[in-house]
Amino acid sequence: MFKIIKRQEMAEGTVILNEIEAPLIARKALPGQFVIIKATETGERIPLTMADTDPENGTITIIYMVVGKSTAIFRDLKEGDSYMDVIGPLGAATHLEKVGKVVCVGGGTGVAVLHPIARGLKEIGNDVTSIIGSRNKDLLILENKMKIASTKLHICTDDGSYGHHGFVTEVLKDILEKEDIKMAVAIGPVPMMKAACAVTKEYNVKTLVSLNPIMIDGTGMCGGCRVSVGGETKFACVDGPEFDGHKVNFDELILRLRAYDIEEKKSYDHYCNLQKA
Amino acid sequence: MADKKVKKEKIARQVMPEQEAAVRAKNFEEVPMGQSLETAIIEASRCIQCKKPACVEGCPVGVDIPGFIKLIQEERMSDAISKIWEKNSLPAVCGRVCPQEIQCEGNCIIGKKGEPVAIGNLERFVADYERKKKSADKPKKAAATGKKVAVVGSGPSGLTVASDLILKGHEVTIFEAFHKPGGVLVYGIPEFRLPKEIVFSEVAGLEEIGVNVMCNAVIGRSMTLEELFADGFDAIYLGVGAGLPTFLNIPGENLTGVFSANEYLTRSNLMKAYLFPEYDTPVIKGKNVITLGAGNVAMDSARTALRLGAKTSRIVYRRTMDEVPARGAEVHHAEEEGVKFFFLTSPVKFSGDENGRLTTMTGLKMKLGEPDASGRRRPLPIEGSEFDLECDLAIIAVGAGANPLLTKSTEGLELNKWGYIVADEKNGKTSKKAVWAGGDIVTGSATVILAMGAGRQAADSIHEYLSIGW
Repeated sequence: MFKIIKRQEMAEGTVILNEIEAPLIARKALPGQFVIIKATETGERIPLTMADTDPENGTITIIYMVVGKSTAIFRDLKEGDSYMDVIGPLGAATHLEKVGKVVCVGGGTGVAVLHPIARGLKEIGNDVTSIIGSRNKDLLILENKMKIASTKLHICTDDGSYGHHGFVTEVLKDILEKEDIKMAVAIGPVPMMKAACAVTKEYNVKTLVSLNPIMIDGTGMCGGCRVSVGGETKFACVDGPEFDGHKVNFDELILRLRAYDIEEKKSYDHYCNLQKA
Repeated sequence: MADKKVKKEKIARQVMPEQEAAVRAKNFEEVPMGQSLETAIIEASRCIQCKKPACVEGCPVGVDIPGFIKLIQEERMSDAISKIWEKNSLPAVCGRVCPQEIQCEGNCIIGKKGEPVAIGNLERFVADYERKKKSADKPKKAAATGKKVAVVGSGPSGLTVASDLILKGHEVTIFEAFHKPGGVLVYGIPEFRLPKEIVFSEVAGLEEIGVNVMCNAVIGRSMTLEELFADGFDAIYLGVGAGLPTFLNIPGENLTGVFSANEYLTRSNLMKAYLFPEYDTPVIKGKNVITLGAGNVAMDSARTALRLGAKTSRIVYRRTMDEVPARGAEVHHAEEEGVKFFFLTSPVKFSGDENGRLTTMTGLKMKLGEPDASGRRRPLPIEGSEFDLECDLAIIAVGAGANPLLTKSTEGLELNKWGYIVADEKNGKTSKKAVWAGGDIVTGSATVILAMGAGRQAADSIHEYLSIGW
């Protein structure tokens, strides 16, 4: 069992942070790696990229948005409750190198995954400009942490309630136009990553993305998480989760992520009805 | 004496009752329903107790088959199970999934003229009988040696190694990557062929005698072999299975609805998608299902699809029935349940709709040419013979490769050109000191019993190492 020692609600309760006791994982985990989490005996195995680790205290931090039954079950766990299974660290770590000026783009809960990468890039001496976005001001997460992890931070909201009124890609284009950016990292919803990659490609700036396909084992055993990268099939769980965004077939990924739309909705509705009863 | 022998040959092989095909094709309960004590004793009486038993030679772990059958004849069930346990720690599993027809029963003298003694059924019977009665004394543990062994993987070979070494007095910890122990017995083989309760009961038995089982431990990621040694383990056994799905590399393979058998079966078996939404993991329930390949895994997939509500479940195989590698009983059961076979057909591409969901598989007709290196006649494509099969679910069950997760993170471990671990055939020793390997990660996809045989040899070698040295 893996005890939740800290629980925090973000973005009006739609996003939850859990710090979980998992000493063996904490001592090994590197930025970019993920864990698979299962809350109950009957639960699903859900992959989540770690937002932070604390090897000394033996904890890992995950930040997730409540989108279906499994994450609703996670949400309902209180401080002191436990996850039944946490497996990791899985996937390849981010290759952090000093290249000079870097731009980090994050959307939604992708910001949680982006944060340790931005921090790592800055720590080794890069000039990190970050752009984070959300639908509105209240849904924005980790603003302060991103401020510390970056040399400069831009904020975008779709409704203009905070920072730049518009999409992260608009600010991204502006920065690419003005500055000599050597590398980009884009992590967030698939459409955002796709759009960001389309922009960076115009400027020929290598862009890392972190993918979140449907997954079962996380060890390369089932191939459920396969993605097309540069025309080749890769397994996100072992070959990724990070890939060269200019080579990823995002359209295929979007379709594959919808594989269980009907089942997921049925499952979630059933859970919500039970909670109401 | 002569009279007695004639009489014995006249007794027909006792048939184990099975769920009716039409009924069982709609549920996940076990197909054969077990047998009564009476029929088991009658079946046991068919064994003529050969002085040089060929059946034992056919058994990869060398169970004293006439020995345990004689004890059934004498109605000494707890002694019969103890006799099996001397060589096989998983009889309830082996009685169900071993390819007896090419092993013990294939060698049975009685089988030369008629039906062989139903050794598999008897093994299963004794194991099930004991599981319910719990009358036999568990094997005795030797005095503690103070040595620690790490077993990586909790499939059949890992469980065998753990069982053998705990009894020899060593401390044993099994590391399992999944959240439940059992390996392929749990994620791969369906409930209707091997109820999971049996596997968990076998693992619980090991835990009772002191084996420590650590799930959620992905060795190679969570911990490396060097770290295991640093943590005080004196020897490591790698029984991680093959664990890499093979895809066909044909167009359309990433459409929604195309699965590796590993994924399809893991969803259904380990994650219990057949009980969705009671269990949270879903699986696509195809109406028209195609399974590619004709081994045991293919039969398991095609039969699972029927139970999940498929209207048609078809096996597409590029050779013919003569070359089908699956266990006879599985092919027979699949046919009875309504699985259809498309022989001499090779998949060319998958097509889908605008939502990226599978709708069609295009196949190509084949003919058999000259024998290839394996001695089987090579299938050759018939040009221009493409045809379409409607399907909304395709399961690729054409074998597995070597998963590199652990081997890549381990220095000094020699691999062959396909990525399998090179291990001594006699004792499982690898190129790395104090590391042994066995099962599918050495041989490539094989059977439960062969993995157990490799585990047995490695356990003997590990014990020797811990007592004497490398």
